[in-house]
Amino acid sequence: MSRILNSAWTRRQALLAGAGAAGAAMLPSMPILAWADDKPPIGTWPAGSEGDSIYVGAAVPLTGTYAVQGADELKGWELAVEHINTNHELMKAIAPKIDNGLLGKKVQLLSADSAAKPNNAVQAEQTFINQNKIVLMTGSTSSAVAVALNKFAQREKILYLAGISGSNDTTGKDCVRYGFRQGFYGEMAANAIGPVLVKNFGEKRKAAFMTPDYTYGHTTTKSVNDYLTQKAGWEMVTNQVSPLGTQDFSQYLTNIANSGAEFLINVNWGRDAVLSTQQAKQFGILPTMTLVIPYQIPFLAKEVGPDITAGVFAATDFWWTLEDKFPLAKQFVEVFQQKYGYRPEWGAENSYVSFAHWARMVTEAGSFYPPDVIKQYEKGETIPSLLGDVHYRPEDHQCVRPVVIVKGKAQSEMKNDEDFWEVLEMVAGDTVIQAPDAFGCQPGDYT
Amino acid sequence: MVNWANFISQCFNGLVLGALLALIASGLTIIYGTLGVLNLAHGAMFMLGGYAGWLAYTYTDSFIAAMVVGSLFVMLAGVVTERLIIRHFYARPPEDQLLVTFGLGIVFVELVRFFFGSLSRTTPPPAMFQGITNLGFMVYPTYRLAALGIVAIALLVLYFVLYKTRLGMIVRAGIEDSVMVDSLGIDVYKVFMLVFGIGAMAAGFAGIVNAPVVSIAPDVGEAILVQTFVVVVIGGVGSFPGAIIGGLIAGEIISITSMFNPAYSYVMLFVAMTLVLVLRPHGLLGTAGRE
Repeated sequence: MSRILNSAWTRRQALLAGAGAAGAAMLPSMPILAWADDKPPIGTWPAGSEGDSIYVGAAVPLTGTYAVQGADELKGWELAVEHINTNHELMKAIAPKIDNGLLGKKVQLLSADSAAKPNNAVQAEQTFINQNKIVLMTGSTSSAVAVALNKFAQREKILYLAGISGSNDTTGKDCVRYGFRQGFYGEMAANAIGPVLVKNFGEKRKAAFMTPDYTYGHTTTKSVNDYLTQKAGWEMVTNQVSPLGTQDFSQYLTNIANSGAEFLINVNWGRDAVLSTQQAKQFGILPTMTLVIPYQIPFLAKEVGPDITAGVFAATDFWWTLEDKFPLAKQFVEVFQQKYGYRPEWGAENSYVSFAHWARMVTEAGSFYPPDVIKQYEKGETIPSLLGDVHYRPEDHQCVRPVVIVKGKAQSEMKNDEDFWEVLEMVAGDTVIQAPDAFGCQPGDYT
Repeated sequence: MVNWANFISQCFNGLVLGALLALIASGLTIIYGTLGVLNLAHGAMFMLGGYAGWLAYTYTDSFIAAMVVGSLFVMLAGVVTERLIIRHFYARPPEDQLLVTFGLGIVFVELVRFFFGSLSRTTPPPAMFQGITNLGFMVYPTYRLAALGIVAIALLVLYFVLYKTRLGMIVRAGIEDSVMVDSLGIDVYKVFMLVFGIGAMAAGFAGIVNAPVVSIAPDVGEAILVQTFVVVVIGGVGSFPGAIIGGLIAGEIISITSMFNPAYSYVMLFVAMTLVLVLRPHGLLGTAGRE
């Protein structure tokens, strides 16, 4: 007692200290431990990876203008998940450390129809987060969805892999730390197909553009037009901007028919591209004008027929005949065709490869902790894809990958009923991609 | 500076689109006018017509067979739908009617997607209507000109049925006052069934005629349904002539605005609808009390 009384502590201070210690003991232990840990809980981590399985959520259009392409993408994700969970040799070639799953856990794919609408996609992912604690989001097929899910991913601190997304903004001004894109996009397409157009058609030509009225359309049209006007003196004589889901393009095509254009550069996508192209033929615009598809649309040739796509130049992510050159592409085409009954289009390829890359990053990082996985991507290591080695840029999280230039085959040249395009060349990604900061990417924080 | 060739072409576009909208809207307006049911499955009927016609064409290679089989199929689908489901909702609140027809639309669309997938299907126009016609002052797709004629004939037939037959007289009387028709000893529910079938057939027939212009997909009726509602509002609920005038006005507004700025074409359509609602709340040819 005397020692206490003789110390510097007063009785009042001792009571306060005791109360403080008792109060601290009553606090839940987790936050104290978490703050002490260098990996505090973030997003759905660690809860999302504590069970036997981890969940990934895909918001993909299964109805509406992009339904056909969305269904194809979904198959790519399904196949990738199956291959991750079964140690398939193709998946192991890209992500060698998979172990019948990822880090000892099976991967479960959840999917919902986004109808290519940002609100629907965000709501679907929010539901997956609430109910299944997903550790990864994917899906888009519309860059409007990709941009919305980018922002949502950054807010929720859950990784997001863009599906098909052609807008420059996805890894440009709307890029985020938590978002990654494997596929090509407007600027890469423009810089890849531009030289082909100039080489084949010369300088100072007149072009009419058809543009869907959202971020993909506007940025892709700008990139293609910038290239052609600045490098070859082409002139955009009209740009017909139509809302997503337009069915009757007669008003737009009439303006084009009276524009004096020599080329129809159709940036429309999905069913919009099918209808606008078919109707351009009805109006006699095709074949009077030369059709160019800067950002190739899966299944377009099948839907409109080779009589329209014959001779058409397009830029794309993947075409199945590349199996002749790349063993992994051959494996992918074979297993996909065996499972689904048709040769995969580039939406499925993009889905499969982006999941394979994510599986590689998780297993290399040895953790589902999102900042660890992000930093693994940001090492920028050279990794395999179906079309050779690629890498992700740390600055904007864009995959530097080749762009494939194709030309439509005539019916008489087709060797089978899916042999619509001839691969002209593969343009190296680093020769067509813009500087990482050119489109204003500011990716934001890790935590 | 107006490009007159472009202007005339756009007027033609408006005429073709307007005629199509008029035919679809006439089906919608007589159903609502007679049964009091706002049929949100009307777009799905348009889609069903397109698919039924495409199937018939696939097996027969005949566009006429496609039109006949497709129309009859959608009429039958309409009659069956009315007998099995719609008739149970006549006495229920309008929101129930909206929900059930909305749900039916989804069911029809997803059934078609289940059986045929989402890929677009193309029904080629008859050989004699393929290609482009030079009208001297402009060139125009031949089939679109033919479609204008086909739709005009269909509207004439519908006019004949509604204004020159006993059934039409009952339908028009039912639009004005279905209780009075019932009290005159006419089986009004049988009339309702026929009206629903005829209204659905109008949409289905339009779907077949439109198929060579806009290749079909399960969602093809979705966008057209919205435009059709605007047409009915502009023309006046329950008015057959109103549907025709409303359709033509809507078609021309969309097309001519597109000449100046396509982004505003649908904005202008809704501006026109708003103006009509402000100045003539019952529509151009509508009558107070029908709605």
